[in-house]
Amino acid sequence: MMKLFDREYLRRKIKEYKRDPFSFVLLAAVCLAAFVTMLALLFVIVYILVKGIPHLTPELFSWEYNSDNVSLMPALINTLLIAALSLLFAVPVGIGAAVYLTEYAKRGNKLVGIVRITAETLSGIPSIVYGLFGSLFFVKYLGFGLSLLSGALTLAIMILPLIMRTTEEALLTVPDSYREGSFGLGAGRLRTVFKIVLPSAVPGILSGIILGIGRIVGESAALIFTAGTVAEVANSVFDSARTLSVHMYAISGEGLHIDQTYATAVVLLAVTIIINALSEFAAKKLGGGERQNE
Amino acid sequence: MFSACVSIAAVVLICLFLFMKGLPAVAKIGVFDFLLGKEWRPSNNIFGIFPMIVGSVYVTAGALLIGVPVGILAAIFMARFCPEPLYKIMKPAINLMAGIPSVVYGFFGLVVLVPFVREHVGGRGMSMLTASLLLGLMILPTIISVAESSIRAVPQSYYEGGLALGASHERSVFMAVVPAAKSGIFAGVVLGVGRAIGETMAVKMVAGNQTLIPEKLTDGVRTLTANIVLEMGYSTDLHREALIATAVVLFVFILIINLSFSLLKRRSK
Repeated sequence: MMKLFDREYLRRKIKEYKRDPFSFVLLAAVCLAAFVTMLALLFVIVYILVKGIPHLTPELFSWEYNSDNVSLMPALINTLLIAALSLLFAVPVGIGAAVYLTEYAKRGNKLVGIVRITAETLSGIPSIVYGLFGSLFFVKYLGFGLSLLSGALTLAIMILPLIMRTTEEALLTVPDSYREGSFGLGAGRLRTVFKIVLPSAVPGILSGIILGIGRIVGESAALIFTAGTVAEVANSVFDSARTLSVHMYAISGEGLHIDQTYATAVVLLAVTIIINALSEFAAKKLGGGERQNE
Repeated sequence: MFSACVSIAAVVLICLFLFMKGLPAVAKIGVFDFLLGKEWRPSNNIFGIFPMIVGSVYVTAGALLIGVPVGILAAIFMARFCPEPLYKIMKPAINLMAGIPSVVYGFFGLVVLVPFVREHVGGRGMSMLTASLLLGLMILPTIISVAESSIRAVPQSYYEGGLALGASHERSVFMAVVPAAKSGIFAGVVLGVGRAIGETMAVKMVAGNQTLIPEKLTDGVRTLTANIVLEMGYSTDLHREALIATAVVLFVFILIINLSFSLLKRRSK
C-alpha cells in the first residue's frame, strides 16, 4: 500500500502505462469489477440493515407467534433444532465417506469414481428438487409427515456433498509424512487415520461443517414441502415447523408485514455473518494451534 | 467406511422417486405436448412446460451475461492485483455474499430492483431483466471463489516467465496466468449456471411468474423452479404429477450440465 504514495514509483508506473495503454485498460477493468462486486454487496447489506434495524422490536422476539407480533422466535429456535438434527446425520456420513475416499480407496478404484460423480451430482441438484424428493420420500413414503425430521433428513442429503468435499480437501492437505511417520511407528491404518490424520484436518472439516450450517439456515425451497410452515416451536421431531428463512418467505409473501420482514432479514443476515465469522475463526485459530504443536 | 455409499444411495433414491412419480404423467400428457406445449393450464388439464424451459434458459443466460465478466475480472483482481490488507476484507466479504440466504436476496430484489426496473426501464418491474440482474448478483461469489482459487493454483513460474519476456504485470497475468487457469474458471462458470437454474425463491419473488414465453426484457417470466414451488402446495392428481415431471426435466438439465462439465474437464487434461 505504501508504494502508492511513493512519487517516484507512481511516475514510473504512469510512464509504463503510457507506453502500454492496453495494460491500463486491463487494470481498470479488473479494479472496476472488484469495486462493483463490493459495492453491490455493501448496498444489499446496508439497505437491509437501515430498513430493518428500527423495526427490531421486543415483540418480534416474544415466545408465542401470533399475527399481531409476527414473532420470529419460534422460527429461530426451529432453525437451530433443524440444523442440529441434520448435522447429526450428515457429519458422520460425510466425514466417513471422505476418509474412505482419501485414505482407504486405491487409486483407480471404480467405486471412488462413482462416489465422486454422485457427490458432484448431489451438489448440483437444485434445492427445490430436494424439496420435492423429500416430500415424496420422507413425508409420504416413509410416513414422517410434514415434520422436523423430514426437513432435517432432506437437508442432510443436501449438505452431504459439501461436507464430503471440504473434509476431503482438508484430508488431502495433511502431509503424507504424517501418515508415513505413524506407519513407521507401527500404527495400523485405522489408528493412523483417527489419531493422526483426522485431528490435523479438524480446522478444514470444521469450516466445512459451519458452511453447511450456513446453507441450512439459508434454505427455504427445500423445507416448505418437507418441514412445513407451522409457526410454532416444534415439540417433537415429528412436528411441523418453519425455519427462519421459510418464516421470512411466508411473511414477505403475505405482504402485510413489510417492516417485520425487514427485521427478519436483519436477523437472518446477522446469523449469516456470525456463521461466516465463526467459520473463518475456527479455521484460523485451530490452524494456528496446529502449527504451534508441530 | 461404507458411508461412502450413502451418496450413491441418495442419488439412486432421488432418481427412482422422481422418475417413478414423474414419468407416468409425461406418458399421459405425451412427451412432445409436455416438453414443447406452449400452454400451461392446469385447470383444463393442459400441461406444456415450454414457456418455463425458455424462461429458465433466458434468465440463466441473462445472469451469466452479468455475472461472468464481472466475476472473472473480480477473481483476477483478488488473485493477482489485490493488496494484502484489502484482501483480508474482500475474501470474507465474498464468502458472506455466498452465504446470504436466497430469500434475503429475493426480498432485496422485490423492494429495490423491482421498483427500479419499473421506473427506469418500464414494464411492471417483475421481469426477466430483474430476475437476471438478481441472479447475476447471486452467482457472483460462486464464480469468484472458484475462479480465484484456480488462478492461484497456476504455478508462479508462468507469471514470472511473462515478466521476463518484458510483459507488464497486467499483460502477463491476462496472457499467461489466466489462460492456464481456463479449465478452473470454466468450472466456476458451470457451477454458476447450476446455481442460476436451480435458484427458486429469489427468482420466484421477482420474475412475475406469467406462464408465457417472454418477448421483451421487461416481460414477466416463470422458470421451472418457480413453477414447482408456486403450485405444489395446492396441486392434486395429474397436476401434481406434472409438477414432479417438471422437477424431472430440471434434474435432467442439471445432469446434462454436470456431464458436459466433466467431459470438458477430461478433454482439457
